[in-house]
Amino acid sequence: MQLPNILIIDYNLGNIFSVQNACKYNGTNTIVSNDKKDIESADAIILPGVGAFGDAMANMRKLDLIEPIKDFIHSKKPFMGVCLGMQLLFTESEEFGNHKGLDIIKGQIKKFPTSGSSNNKIKVPQVGWNKLINDKNTQWMNSPLSSINNDSFMYFVHSYFACPEDESVVLSKTVYEDISYCSSVLKENIFATQFHPEKSAETGLNIYANWLNNIHKK
Amino acid sequence: MLAKRIIPCLDIKDGRTVKGVNFENIKDAGDPVELAVFYSQQGADELVFLDITATNENRKTLTELVLRVAKNINIPFTVGGGIRSIEDVSVLLNSGADKISLNTSAFKNPQLIADLSGRFGSQCIVLAIDTKFENEEWYVYLNGGKVKTETRAIDWVKQAVELGAGEILLTSMNHDGTKSGFANTITKLVSENTSVPVIASGGAGNMEHFRDAFVYGKADAALAASVFHFKEIEIPALKKYLREQKIEIRI
Repeated sequence: MQLPNILIIDYNLGNIFSVQNACKYNGTNTIVSNDKKDIESADAIILPGVGAFGDAMANMRKLDLIEPIKDFIHSKKPFMGVCLGMQLLFTESEEFGNHKGLDIIKGQIKKFPTSGSSNNKIKVPQVGWNKLINDKNTQWMNSPLSSINNDSFMYFVHSYFACPEDESVVLSKTVYEDISYCSSVLKENIFATQFHPEKSAETGLNIYANWLNNIHKK
Repeated sequence: MLAKRIIPCLDIKDGRTVKGVNFENIKDAGDPVELAVFYSQQGADELVFLDITATNENRKTLTELVLRVAKNINIPFTVGGGIRSIEDVSVLLNSGADKISLNTSAFKNPQLIADLSGRFGSQCIVLAIDTKFENEEWYVYLNGGKVKTETRAIDWVKQAVELGAGEILLTSMNHDGTKSGFANTITKLVSENTSVPVIASGGAGNMEHFRDAFVYGKADAALAASVFHFKEIEIPALKKYLREQKIEIRI
């Protein structure tokens, strides 16, 4: 059997190393590339990302990756987004002015307010371990989170969060101060997380294992 | 709710851990990677590696170490010591470090904070400050605590956060090594007057000290070295204690 061709997209803004390492830990070798031919021939893609939304879109535009990524996702092959790689899937972000995203999932990326409803100060970025809450999503058991317990801790680093228009794509929620927000999405072939499973100890590695196993089964 | 973080700190010299460690189940106590794996398995939330030699000749050794650490653990880690340029940071992040910490170089050239956060994002720029209480004020010290400045810690924090520092690692020189508890007064002052997370450092001696750093110091994370290295406090027991004290902790 030929091994599936799993691609990590490198657009100069990513924690590529840890993502690749998490796959390797699970016995899967990956290709790191920003060549659109590699995107076309991939069986599955991971879009990582750390940094600014606007820079990320600009880099992808410069590398001529936007249409190939959209085409890939529309082909219904497995696609995983991590952190900024999840946010980029949305319509637009208010990060440093307004930036258009890939617009594959309708919704906005908003900044955490610096004060909460009871006027308490909120630290931004959110840095550290926070819980995944199963938001009554019936897809949980069919998703890469299937083996992950409700209330498991994951590692987050972000100042912005996703607000999908269609609530049914919300796979898990997380509560920061008094804000409950979408911390992972599942929409057909797309699985994406605001947290970093590759930095979330054993539990996080299990998420990669589940996602990768599903690909190997196909 | 976001959990409070427990962070062991490893001082590195020529690619090896210094300050001694005292573990039976670790074959080579000087190997930072082995220690990193151990702490990660024990439930540390993050690790900090400080290169205390930080000379140019040692940069390659440090980079190799970072690569090995990143290959062997999958919790976040910060690397600090002698970082002066975008190139320094680029190499470390590409080798798998999640964050870098700046100290003296940022004080001498604050623009470095803006340049680095603009390029790599605030989330990976930790500003480390060594501070000492004298004449009723907390002053910033440089060069590993050897050089005094006339700048108040709180003023430097505010300036650095405005420039793009994403986290503050605050070490009280009055408390460091005393095992008498963290400097909760200055930690609270900094934490309540800044919009970014604050890591308390210096003075950990027992488990209550960690609780106090979170409850009274309003710290987002607490860092310690020797109490962990000498097994005076073990991370699983510490975390269990903190959870019993109703502090949000990842177990």
